[in-house]
Amino acid sequence: MSDWLQYEFMRTALWAVLLLVPLLSLLGTLVVNNKMSFFSDALGHSALTGVAIGVIAGVSEYRLVMVLFGVVFALCMNRIRRSRLASTDTVIGVFSSVGVALGLTLLSARGNLANYQSLLVGDILSVSTSELWVLAAALAVTALVWVVCFNGFFAVSISPSVAKSKGFPTALYDNLFVVLVAVIVMLAIRWVGLLLINAMLILPAAASRNVARSMRSYHLLSLIFGLFAGVLGLWLSYYNGVATGPTIILVLAAVFFGTFALRKK
Amino acid sequence: MSHHSHCGLHCLKIEHITVRASGQTLVEDVSLHAHCGEITALIGRNGAGKSTLFKAILGEIPHTGEVVFTGHNGIPSKRRPKIGYVPQSLNIDDGNPASVLDMAVAYTSRWPAFLPVPHRIRARLKKHFARFDAADLLDKQAGRLSGGEWQRVLLAIATHPHPDMLVLDEPVSGVDTAGLAKFYDLLEQLRGEDMVILIISHDLSFVRTHADRVVLLDGKVLAKGAPTDVFASEAFLKAFPGGGER
Repeated sequence: MSDWLQYEFMRTALWAVLLLVPLLSLLGTLVVNNKMSFFSDALGHSALTGVAIGVIAGVSEYRLVMVLFGVVFALCMNRIRRSRLASTDTVIGVFSSVGVALGLTLLSARGNLANYQSLLVGDILSVSTSELWVLAAALAVTALVWVVCFNGFFAVSISPSVAKSKGFPTALYDNLFVVLVAVIVMLAIRWVGLLLINAMLILPAAASRNVARSMRSYHLLSLIFGLFAGVLGLWLSYYNGVATGPTIILVLAAVFFGTFALRKK
Repeated sequence: MSHHSHCGLHCLKIEHITVRASGQTLVEDVSLHAHCGEITALIGRNGAGKSTLFKAILGEIPHTGEVVFTGHNGIPSKRRPKIGYVPQSLNIDDGNPASVLDMAVAYTSRWPAFLPVPHRIRARLKKHFARFDAADLLDKQAGRLSGGEWQRVLLAIATHPHPDMLVLDEPVSGVDTAGLAKFYDLLEQLRGEDMVILIISHDLSFVRTHADRVVLLDGKVLAKGAPTDVFASEAFLKAFPGGGER
C-alpha cells in the first residue's frame, strides 16, 4: 500500500499537500464566511496578468511580481467592494475578466501562450524541496496572523460598526485579510493552478460549514476534510495515473455533498 | 436628573455635526448633549439621518464637528470613551457556524475565538450574560437566534466591558411584546449605572415613558428637550401626524 511513497517526488508532494491544504483551508473559513468566494476567484484569475507583467518586465523571479500584483489587485477590488457604489458582484466580475483578458493578451504578444498552460492547472508534483520551506514559512506566518488577528477579521465581518465601537481598527483588518489571501493564492497558484485554486480554498470550509456548530469545529473540520481529501486525492491520482490537483478537488466535492446530506437542521 | 459623582465620563457633547456624502447633506449642524444616567432618544421619520448621525458619533464615516466626552467638571476626557453599540442587524446568516460564545469572545477578549475557550473566559461571559437572561444562549448558533434573543445577546456584548456610552440603533424590530418589556426593563436598570444611553427609536410610547430627553431629527434638529415638550411641538405633530398618542 505504501509503495507510492517509495519515490522521492511523491514524498515531496505529500509534504506539499500536508502544508498547502491546511494553509488554504484556514484562509477558506473566513473567505466562505465573508461570502468572498467570487472575490478570491477573481484574484486567482488575475494571476495571469501578474505573470504577464513579470515576463514582459523580464523579471526572472516572476512569482514576486505576481504576489505584488495580486496584493494591489486585491486592495483595489476591496476598495470598490467596500464603497458600495456599484453592485459588488458586477464589479468583481469586471475585475476578473480584465485580469484574464489582459494576462492572455500580454502573454500572447510574446507568441508562446502554450508555455503558460501549467499556470491554468498547476502541478503539485512539481514542488521542490526548497519550495517546501517556502510553504512551511507561509503556513507558519498565516497561523500566527490567525492567532493574532482572527478576532478582528471575524468581528469586522459580522459588523464593522460593532467592531469599530469596540476599538478594532476595522479598515486595517479588512485590508490585511485580503492581502493575506492575495499573497497565499499567488504563491499557491503554481502548484494548484488558477482554475482550481478557488475550489481548494473554499471547498474544505464549505463542507465544514454543513456540519460545524462553532468556530472551533468549523476550523477543525475544515482542516480534517482538507487533509483527508489532500492525501486521498494524491494517493488516488498516483494509482490511476491522473492529475493530482483535480483529483483532490473531486474528493473534496464528494466530502461536500456527503456533509450536505448530513446538514444540520 | 440625579448626579453620579462617581462616574468618570459624565456628558457626551455632540457639537455641530455635519455629514455630507455624494453632494448631499445627510446630517446638518446637529448639536446635542446627552448625560450619564439618562436615556436620550433620537426620533424622526425614515431617512431623517438618525443612523448616519450614529455612524458619525462612532467615527465610522467622515464628518465635520466634534464629539467629546467630558467629566463633571466639563473638561474633555483624554481617554477614548468605551462605547457599547447595539446595531440594527448583523451580517450573519443561519448557515454561519459561529456560536454566540464565539462572537462574545471575539468582541470582548483577546483570546482567539477559533481556539477552545478557556474556562475563566467562559465563566466570566456566562456570568455577564446571565444578567441579560442570555447565559443559555452562549452555545447556540448566532445565526439562529430569535429577534428577542438577538437583542439580549447584542446588549450583553455591548455592555461588556462596562461602557461610558451605550448606543442603540432601533433595537426592537421583530420582538414580541413580552420580549420588548424585558428589554426596556434592562435599559431602565442600565440607566442607573453610569452610562450615557442614546437610542434611536420608532416606538414612541417607549420614548414618552422611558426617555429623559428626546431629539427630533430630520437632517437637522427640529426639536429637543423633555418628551412632553417635544411631543407637543409643532415639528413633532408635523413629522408624526396623529402620532405619539397613547
